[in-house]
Amino acid sequence: MTTTYRTCPRSGLQFDTEAEKLMLANAVVAVVFLLIGGILAIGVVLTRWPAIHWLAADTFYMTLTAHGIDMLIFWIIFFEIAVLYFCSSTLLRCRLATPKVAWLAFALMLIGSITTNVAVFQGESSVMMTSYVPMMAAPSFYLGLILFAVGALVGCFVFLGTLVIAKKEKTYTGSVPLVTFGAIVACIIAVFTIASGAIILIPTFLMSVGIVKEVDPLVYRTIWWAFGHSSQQINVAAHISIWYAIAAIAFGAKPMSERVSRGAFLLYILFLQLASAHHLLADPGLSSAWKVVNTSYFMYFAVLASMIHGLTIPGAIEVAQREKGYTKGLFEWLRKAPWGNPVFSGMFISLIGFGFLGGISGVMMGTEQLNMIIHNTIYVPGHFHATVVVGTTLSFMALTYFLIPVLFKREMIAPGLAKLQPYLFGLSMYFFCLVMMGAGTLGVSRRHWDMLMGGNPLAYEFPGAAYLMMGLVGIAGIAAILGGAIYIYITVGSLLWGKKLDIGSLSDKTVPIPVSAPSAVVHGHGSAGFAAPGTFSLAMVFLVSFVLYYFINWKYLSQVWGLS
Amino acid sequence: MSAILPPSDRLWWKQPLDRVEGTWIVIAFIWCMIMFVMMVGWHIYGKQNLSTETYKTSGAMFTAKAQAVVDKYTVRKETDKQIPVVHPPAGSDVYLVAKLWDWWPIIELEKDKTYKLHLTSMDYNHGFSLQPVNINIQVVPGYEHVVKITPNQSGTFSIVCNEYCGIGHANMAGRIYVK
Repeated sequence: MTTTYRTCPRSGLQFDTEAEKLMLANAVVAVVFLLIGGILAIGVVLTRWPAIHWLAADTFYMTLTAHGIDMLIFWIIFFEIAVLYFCSSTLLRCRLATPKVAWLAFALMLIGSITTNVAVFQGESSVMMTSYVPMMAAPSFYLGLILFAVGALVGCFVFLGTLVIAKKEKTYTGSVPLVTFGAIVACIIAVFTIASGAIILIPTFLMSVGIVKEVDPLVYRTIWWAFGHSSQQINVAAHISIWYAIAAIAFGAKPMSERVSRGAFLLYILFLQLASAHHLLADPGLSSAWKVVNTSYFMYFAVLASMIHGLTIPGAIEVAQREKGYTKGLFEWLRKAPWGNPVFSGMFISLIGFGFLGGISGVMMGTEQLNMIIHNTIYVPGHFHATVVVGTTLSFMALTYFLIPVLFKREMIAPGLAKLQPYLFGLSMYFFCLVMMGAGTLGVSRRHWDMLMGGNPLAYEFPGAAYLMMGLVGIAGIAAILGGAIYIYITVGSLLWGKKLDIGSLSDKTVPIPVSAPSAVVHGHGSAGFAAPGTFSLAMVFLVSFVLYYFINWKYLSQVWGLS
Repeated sequence: MSAILPPSDRLWWKQPLDRVEGTWIVIAFIWCMIMFVMMVGWHIYGKQNLSTETYKTSGAMFTAKAQAVVDKYTVRKETDKQIPVVHPPAGSDVYLVAKLWDWWPIIELEKDKTYKLHLTSMDYNHGFSLQPVNINIQVVPGYEHVVKITPNQSGTFSIVCNEYCGIGHANMAGRIYVK
């Protein structure tokens, strides 16, 4: 297999040109799905905004189903396949394994995603992303998802094959880079996820065509969530790898200690998948012991891992900034950070939002007993928009701003807008998540078309504050959609009419990564023996908010009806 | 050396730990253990734990039991649909049927008395969302979930369905009175 290698003059990164085309194709399709999902989001928020209540019930449920699937599955996984190829072939400077098979994977994913979308928009598959049996969608709905999953699985194996090639052809020495290590973790979780999806979606597909008589509703929920929740854990591993990558790219930051960061990633492989239990805490038929052990990732070991990454990434940035001379006080390193560079600002807004909003709320809802006071309320989408939108999507956006000149070889159009975009998108999403959680605390349901409940005489009269919160959800949602639209305009616009940049030198041989001299660990710029005192104080602020919020919810739980 | 390059120190796992990281790992670990103990401890000392008592059931079986309670303890009927209001004695079994798109029957309980509430669905998944208390329980077809409840306040409470169950989902409501 012959290929050529291009060395990017702007970043020094070396791209296998075959891999480059695949990354581009996967990333572009991902952005198209983000566009579709974003358009659908307009319908969702304008219907849930009580004063507007735009779409009819059937259109609303169809729109919501498509929004969930296009965003959570298609946008994110297409982009992740591009990230996997980048972390293997580009970072390890080696050729991509079997590019033809990678194109087959791409084709399967594309056909699958279109098939499922067509099924949803025909209107007979408004079953939400979760498609709980015995409610049935059209057979092509499941078939599309299965084809997509097979394609993504093939993509994972191309990634793993590329690692083998790099090792065999000695394009690097020693261990793989930390970011590649994180991508391997994401890939391992992805294989587990896709296998779980296949185990439950194949029988459900057979049920929809009449071959299998019944899929048990509780078994379906249990296994579906091993797919549905774990797929979000792929995102966590992927976007944390991207945070490390951006810290390295924007600051030349090196991990504070490889051992700690890799150890934390290892905890993800061991414990993260248990979290499918988060969705089953209010279910019948599962024992309390099972719920407690699984919902806490055994004993909160994956939470521990995330808290470690949450410290080591800004910590690495702080150490790098202090070495550059920004040593005044606790926070000069942060004040003097490149806040006008959307690659950094997007990443940092993502990190803070993911930790404070997504992380804390996620642990609260994942506590067995506390789950009862939020299960299936709109608090849940409030939480996962903080993880998947602020966390994953915003990280992908930040990475895109880096990739436009490097991978697309185009000058970014509208740099002024790009500077603004992470703030508009990120901060309006913060607010969006907060008011959704607020509404959920007041009992507003998720996936619900009408708070007035169609005039049912038994209807619950929601308090005025709940209506106010849902109105704010609408306003914040529209602001965030605008931020998303700017991202798509910049990305697509740069690709179509951005100034073409020098593509750099081409060669038909790869240049292995040079071995760098081991450097002494520098810890001379902090205070009190702490290399990153500013980050540590931010971490303590996080911990205090976490502890307070956690116990406030126990207090609230202790006041509701007795249950035993 | 950076996160996108191989570690320059081949023996990276032997590098000493920085004090910031070491301290934070210890703090985070302790907090994780506190949260774990809290969840286990609430099972021993807390008063709000979701029961796990569950039986396989069928629509016909469950409806027959619900009907028997309705026949015995109905005190009046409400709304145009003439939904029976059941007032069972304290400590007894109460049956609540979730079906497209109603909760049946209406239940009347007494404050600070404990009842065994049996929940199931006749068709799809439904969500038992008691408002304004905000207790939420998943209702799965084929499974009878027995939850012991002790209302600690009197008033009129609504049951909202908070699991998507088709086109009439948003209109599905029920009621519990507590005297």
